[in-house]
Amino acid sequence: MSTVFIALQTNEETRPIVEAIIQDNPDCTVNEQPAMVKIDAQGKLVVRRETIEELIGRPYDLQELQVNLITISGNLDQTDDEMILYWNA
Amino acid sequence: MQIDLRTVSIKPLRHTFDNIARRIGADKPASRYQEGTLDMQQEVNFHYRPTWDPDHLIYDRARTAVKMADWYSFKDPRQFYYGAYTLARAKQQDTAEANFDFVENRGLAATLPEEIRDTVLKMLIPLRHVAWGSNMNNAGICAYGYGTAFTQPCIYQSMDQLGIAQYITRVALLLGDVDVLDTAKTAWMEDDAWQGLRRYVEDTMVIKDPFELFVAQNVALDGLLYPLVYETIIDDVLSSKGGTPVAMLTQFMTDWYAEVRKWTDATMKTAAAESPENKEILGRWTTAWRDRAAAALVPVARIALAERTDELTAEVVQQFNARMAKAGVPV
Amino acid sequence: MDMQVAKKKLGLKERYAVMTRGLDWKPSYQKMEDIYPYMAYEGIKIHDWDKWEDPFRLTMDAYWKYQAEKERKLYAIIDAFNQNNGHLNVTDARYLNTVKLFISGISPLEYVAHRGFSHVGRQFPGPGPRVACLMQALDEIRHAQTQVHSISNYNKYYNGMHDFHHAHDRVWFLSVPKSFFDDAITAGPFEFMVSIGFSFEYVLTNLLFVPFVSGAAYNGDMGTMTFGFSAQSDEARHMTLGLEVIKFILQQDPANVPIVQRWIDKWTWRGYRVLTLVAMMMDYMLPKRTMSWKEAWEVYFEENGGALFKDLARYGIKMPDCAAQIALEKDHLSHQAWSTFYNYAAASNFHTWMPDEEEMAWLSSKYPNSYDKYYRPRMEFWREEAAKGNRFYNKTLPMLCQTCQIPMIFTEPGDPTKICYREVDYKGDKYHFCSDHCKKIFEDEPEKYVQAWLPVHQIYQGNCFPEGTDPTVEGFDPLAAVLKYYNLEFGRDNLDFDISEDKKNFAEWRGQATKNV
Repeated sequence: MSTVFIALQTNEETRPIVEAIIQDNPDCTVNEQPAMVKIDAQGKLVVRRETIEELIGRPYDLQELQVNLITISGNLDQTDDEMILYWNA
Repeated sequence: MQIDLRTVSIKPLRHTFDNIARRIGADKPASRYQEGTLDMQQEVNFHYRPTWDPDHLIYDRARTAVKMADWYSFKDPRQFYYGAYTLARAKQQDTAEANFDFVENRGLAATLPEEIRDTVLKMLIPLRHVAWGSNMNNAGICAYGYGTAFTQPCIYQSMDQLGIAQYITRVALLLGDVDVLDTAKTAWMEDDAWQGLRRYVEDTMVIKDPFELFVAQNVALDGLLYPLVYETIIDDVLSSKGGTPVAMLTQFMTDWYAEVRKWTDATMKTAAAESPENKEILGRWTTAWRDRAAAALVPVARIALAERTDELTAEVVQQFNARMAKAGVPV
Repeated sequence: MDMQVAKKKLGLKERYAVMTRGLDWKPSYQKMEDIYPYMAYEGIKIHDWDKWEDPFRLTMDAYWKYQAEKERKLYAIIDAFNQNNGHLNVTDARYLNTVKLFISGISPLEYVAHRGFSHVGRQFPGPGPRVACLMQALDEIRHAQTQVHSISNYNKYYNGMHDFHHAHDRVWFLSVPKSFFDDAITAGPFEFMVSIGFSFEYVLTNLLFVPFVSGAAYNGDMGTMTFGFSAQSDEARHMTLGLEVIKFILQQDPANVPIVQRWIDKWTWRGYRVLTLVAMMMDYMLPKRTMSWKEAWEVYFEENGGALFKDLARYGIKMPDCAAQIALEKDHLSHQAWSTFYNYAAASNFHTWMPDEEEMAWLSSKYPNSYDKYYRPRMEFWREEAAKGNRFYNKTLPMLCQTCQIPMIFTEPGDPTKICYREVDYKGDKYHFCSDHCKKIFEDEPEKYVQAWLPVHQIYQGNCFPEGTDPTVEGFDPLAAVLKYYNLEFGRDNLDFDISEDKKNFAEWRGQATKNV
């Protein structure tokens, strides 16, 4: 399985997002780098709106992620409820 | 007493980049608009000719008949660089969002007189396709025009028009369902009232000269369409018949046009003032496209204005002529 | 009284579809081929533009909202950085030279990307890709401008950046990045998307931005770090656009596969050659290193790119052949490049230096197979010579590769002691190449690459002197005339860091800032 990843800026807004990603992708690996956090996962990684909303206590639009996103790897599928990164092979 | 040790006063070696200093005549602090605009486009020593247009350089003054000694004579009076542009639009979008919420939450769409709702669906919704055409045309002016001072506002204009097409779509979805969009598109494709305008838009899509395209789209067509549809029909005529909620939903367009015309007028003025040849060309283009645009808009305006169409359209044309005269363009 | 009929709420995908592709129509007053004249000549076959899958589905209202938020944050940090003399917080004034390289080599490319995406965004008949391209066109002018705005303050205090637009169009090594983007924008719209949208944005962008931006963060450059990360957030959208475009073209017709493969091969190599500048920046120019070029290549290309090409295998696309040669070069690239710039420091817009002991130890540890054996001895020699007052600045012009325009400095794959030369005879002239890959790119499109504006040829032809220069007069100094043409000041913008005004000023200013006067 190939690795997919997402990297976010390290700040107060992304702290709960990273937490949500870890919750929803228990096998992922978190790399803290200067000012940036990179999360790797095998084959697939899911970012779920509901999980983030539970952690921040307000409605969240997944498109808000754009503000703090640094980079991603993998095919992307985004709906109102989740953003999925995946490789087919 | 020095409190913050890091706040030392050191003398800068220079205040701006050399190219800016050359243009503003001195080494003095420059604005972000200036530093983000002047000479941004590459000027010389291009490596290859476009395989898609081998007769021209990548950026080529010869793509238009308008001649400028310096294409950085143009100045956007709004001084839009990306940051200033997005902040301005985000603010307008906040207002638009609040307006949409207001109309939606109070169920104001349902209180519209049937006649008004009908007029809006028939006259406003197909205009999303006109905005889409402008999105494309302004992308073309940005791609094939010369000099960032002239081309930069066109990418903003292009995306603004996409935004406008999307706001109109939201109005349609507020007043009806997705089928409302299909009906409007069928009208755009087939109804006699829309064919003059559709032909106009499609004809502009094959204009090769980026400055002529600027005139046909941003000066002539929008110069008549926005005052006629948004200011005259929606804000005045329909509002007086109970259509105020519609005016709230299209406030973005009204405010937007009041802003962009400053830029289009300044651009025309600078180009016309450059030489008698430019003045003649611009006058010729403006007159020809104005006449076509006015003729194409009449049947559309008639949907809302009925027997007052000719009178009100003539008024808008007159205002347009006055604007052009002020910009030094003979029409 | 609520008369509103409950309407079906549209999901993100449906809503986005009516907001974009629903706006389009099939023209009848003008022919498709007149409205979209550049769609056929590259031989790519598209049967159904509606099969396009939108990756990020941003409507303009959301775009304005989020982008304005990013801009607000970014400019607040730039302002604070400038007000606090943030430039004095960088680790070491040598770091500033990466900023010079960036503003004169990379930022102007962001601008070309802006124009290029406006062009393809105008030309694609499919509304989905068109909107995505235009949004990128808008983002790219953002990147060009935020970079200029962030670096503007550095320009006030340090040399070498003062006329970067002028330099980009003229300075010898800057023709490497410039010709790369000129090559892309002059290609057809589909090739542009494969070159920039896919190969550059998807395959290589992480190698440019992540190390550069992490490098900035490591070296205390808040301003650059902030615009870098802020630009990267748009990059995520651009990368997915690049990937979707490739998948879309490949799915449309099997005949597209070999064309796309040729483009991927070409542009991976072209992009990699431009990244030579990044390689030497990472290994030599950052006072505090993040990772070595070799490590970055392994993580971001071999691992990540490997996953990508595995994924694309089902369309019949394979890893570009040049990857094998790049793997052989990764132990050598940055050392050969920095040696070259050290040689030509008299003709550049930034300063050079030789690594100190500690830095050499780092290079040895990161490059155990190559550094001590091939590069350390020559660098130690140069360092000793400089200490003895024999610093040698090469004033003879090097031969350039006709395709990538880098001087012919690279060695044979597998033999780091022998310079690699290739040549082709074409219509009575001889053309030179640094590698088999650059040679092949030329052979595929000779009519394009014979046009290249090669700085060295241009200098020898007398085209790079200020107007009115007479090169036949007694004692004519060609380098001085060329520097005038570049608008670079000898002794201020060029030569070694040790003797630079930058070094002197930085030390003095930092002294003022950290000690009581």
